[in-house]
Amino acid sequence: MRDLNLSLNQTQRVRLEAALHELQSLVPAAASAAAVTVADTIPVNQEDNILKYISLSQENTIKEDTISLFVCADGLVWCRGHGTSDQDGEVVATLCGVVERVNKLVYVRTLRARYKPEVGDIIVGRVIERRRTAVDELNMRSIFVENDVICVSTILALSVEVDNCFIFCFSDFKSVFAYVVVLTHADTLRVINHQAEVRGFQHDGSLHLQARSEKYGKVHASSATLPVTFNVQFPTSLDITGYATVPLYHYQSVPFYASNLAFMNCKNVLLQLERGQLLTVPPYLVKRKKQHFHHLAQYDVDLILGCNGFIWVGEHVLVGENVKTTEDQQKYEADNFTPLETRKHICRLANAIRVLSALGFTLTVELIIETAEASVSSNVEVNDMLGAEFYVQTAEREAKRRAALLRKKNGGR
Amino acid sequence: MEYVNPLTGFRVDGRRPNEMRQLKAEVGVVARADGSALFEMGNTRVIAAVYGPREIQNKGQQVNNKEALVRCEYRMAEFSTGDRRRKPKGDRRSTEISLVIRQTMEASILTDLMPRSQIDIFVQVLQADGGTRSACINAATLALADAGIPMRDIVTSCSAGYLCSTPLLDLNYVEDSAGGPDVTVGILAKMDKVTLLQMDAKLPMDTFESVMGLAIEGCKAIATYIREVLLENTKRLEYQRG
Repeated sequence: MRDLNLSLNQTQRVRLEAALHELQSLVPAAASAAAVTVADTIPVNQEDNILKYISLSQENTIKEDTISLFVCADGLVWCRGHGTSDQDGEVVATLCGVVERVNKLVYVRTLRARYKPEVGDIIVGRVIERRRTAVDELNMRSIFVENDVICVSTILALSVEVDNCFIFCFSDFKSVFAYVVVLTHADTLRVINHQAEVRGFQHDGSLHLQARSEKYGKVHASSATLPVTFNVQFPTSLDITGYATVPLYHYQSVPFYASNLAFMNCKNVLLQLERGQLLTVPPYLVKRKKQHFHHLAQYDVDLILGCNGFIWVGEHVLVGENVKTTEDQQKYEADNFTPLETRKHICRLANAIRVLSALGFTLTVELIIETAEASVSSNVEVNDMLGAEFYVQTAEREAKRRAALLRKKNGGR
Repeated sequence: MEYVNPLTGFRVDGRRPNEMRQLKAEVGVVARADGSALFEMGNTRVIAAVYGPREIQNKGQQVNNKEALVRCEYRMAEFSTGDRRRKPKGDRRSTEISLVIRQTMEASILTDLMPRSQIDIFVQVLQADGGTRSACINAATLALADAGIPMRDIVTSCSAGYLCSTPLLDLNYVEDSAGGPDVTVGILAKMDKVTLLQMDAKLPMDTFESVMGLAIEGCKAIATYIREVLLENTKRLEYQRG
């Protein structure tokens, strides 16, 4: 969401302008000069003669924005990356954004563009379509899952009905890592990190995935109640052989390191979450970090920052809990409602995220927690957090924080 | 009726013959769209929303496997003109303008970078006071840049006419309905290439050259303005992000 539709009165407007102005002044001049729009010439001047070639080409046939070598007028070789093009011997931008240079690579980083998936990203998604799978609006490549079973069956094995299936797939050489995030009709959010093999490419560019029998476990499409078996690949430090064909409901008893920093490298993660809010922010506000799953112990809340801009704030769920059958689950839900305090914390965090994204600040866990705590300490009601006053206060606070950070950085040198 | 005052040289709205109307642009007005823009040329206000690149919805429309499909839809709001319009979308003029805008933008978008996807451009005229075609193209350019779709160059468009033996830049509705020629030009600003050239009524060849030259100058002025707006927007997002 872009705007909160605020109506600021005059003083608030003035304060907001002042805060934003201060933020602007904190940015070093070189950074603002690096902004570029379409058809702007990007200056490439000689700095050092060492050429470092960064290759983006992959072995598969999926077309990427290729990197190419560009020889500029004085004979030096540059690498022209994403967002640039060659016109009349000059490097010209094709996108609006900020010019980034890495050694000899020049590219343009966009801001508000669509999310571009990368291997290893944690994403959160919402289920939208059942049969055809992976109608991923973010990734242009559609993925075709054989018997559309991978996602559906996993859920069935846990006796939860699923309406839709959203598979998000990016390929990395031969194997494909599918980050399957499913939001079922009972609103349980599940993240499955599952490796499937690329069987081939369809004529229209979609990938044909399959979970094979010997290595990955066979998937049964005929009977809906059969448990699914598929292999999950552990990081090399663990031995996978014992879990070669594990029925899915046994999967949860597999040792699982929830807060492991190697989470992202761990290729099998099954995390079931319930009861929370799913928020949408512009993807550029979520930076790629080592850890995207955060458990905020002081609130007993899980916070997942998806790289695609979807953020989940919800009640904390312990991994590896018992599987509940449908009747048990209903009874369980009836008995254990989320306590009111936890719900308030969830709402505060969610509102903090909304305010921060409306202001356009990068979302980090610390910032979100700080904003939520500031709202508590200044006695702002949860629903007033989306009001004009808190909006302006957050902007001012952020300006002060960044100024302090800059001062510390400059003073520390 | 005198469209250009012979004594003072002013037009009906007080402009000089080579003066454009006031421009105003705003980026990011539609929250749910990937890119959006609001563009005003005097009293003509146009809003553009771009969705894409996204998966092709209708496989039958896909012609070329290696390129993105660009779709454009132009419509006028019912309240945009003096009399309430009855058929804002399906009539011939709207279809023609949709096609024109699509072809113009397609010339600039680097479609082969996004194969098997589609880019939707929706333009809606909120207030029509002459030059809606041009305003739509300008708004579409802004919206495409906002959406992060790679383009060869900024496409701008402007119209010019010839009334009372003077080439006039940026006709408004009154001048447009005078029955004189109306030349609409769309160019790729930096590359100096013409992507759209339309005219109704007739003009002798040398007059046409001067009128078209005037329109191209207007386009370049709009391009400077659009560039400033986009740059400002990028800088603002960047420093806010921190």
